Amino acid sequence: MEKFAPVKRSEDGLPVRYLIVDDSVFARKNLARMVETFGGQVIGEAGDGISAISEYERLTPDIVLMDITMPQMEGIEAAEKIVRDHPGARVVMVSSVGYQENIVAALQRGARHFVQKPVKPEVLYEVIKYVMRDDATTAKSAGAAV
Amino acid sequence: MRMDLIQPFINSTDAVLAQGLESSIAIENLSMEEEVYRRKGIAAEVILSGEIEGRIIFDVDQGTAVQLASRLAGVEVSETGEQLMREAVCELANQIIGNAVTTLNDQGFHFHVRPPTLHTSEQGSKSSEDTEALVMCFNTSSGNVFMNVALRYLRLAAAERVALAK
Repeated sequence: MEKFAPVKRSEDGLPVRYLIVDDSVFARKNLARMVETFGGQVIGEAGDGISAISEYERLTPDIVLMDITMPQMEGIEAAEKIVRDHPGARVVMVSSVGYQENIVAALQRGARHFVQKPVKPEVLYEVIKYVMRDDATTAKSAGAAV
Repeated sequence: MRMDLIQPFINSTDAVLAQGLESSIAIENLSMEEEVYRRKGIAAEVILSGEIEGRIIFDVDQGTAVQLASRLAGVEVSETGEQLMREAVCELANQIIGNAVTTLNDQGFHFHVRPPTLHTSEQGSKSSEDTEALVMCFNTSSGNVFMNVALRYLRLAAAERVALAK
């Protein structure tokens, strides 16, 4: 996979911590591999919206990558509940279904951005930099010391 | 079956598999299926409901599934990695069909897509008068993949209603 300069948290320079939510284990593993190439750390995974909410409470990640179409509770509803309880939460929707109304609904309910599957690493990287831009520093080079 | 309904599935299959496998794909065969659907290997089914309803089955034989899962996961998957292969096929189906229905949604069709499920039966329902089944075979660098599309219109799209009213 292509090399990316690590995206780090501005407050302490530590890796960005991710919660990955998708009913597909395969999709979760793919996203995990991708964010790890960005210098990130996957601190939790969930397979549906209800688990996503409880895992967010438990882990308070820096970013949530959230699928939309999931059993039990869909991602947009879960994103809304997370952001309602944690206004600073950064939720990025990741879905193969990119309906305009879905994107608008997700953003209106508090999601910060939307990425359509299949996810291109360079696209997700720019979205993460954008979402973290107020809080993260990007290392000037892959070999920059912390 | 109308080409404007099928073309998004062809386009999204091409886009998703080409990106995932980093190689071009080709349509091997297109045919209307009247007989009962018979599973070829690992199959994922997606149900649509709304203005267009029906089901789409993404079907991959075992050998192709091993190669697809290995390429997409970035690790070697053996024939015993059944769970990972099933997950890979389901996720591919999700991406291909999701992209296709997004295009159809942009064209004015509105419907709900359920998450893909494994189609474990050896055979499925037969196509009927109002539910044609189109079988597409795509040739990829990892082998052939099949898509069985059985959809029917419940309502005319908005533009067609307007046109008919004039």
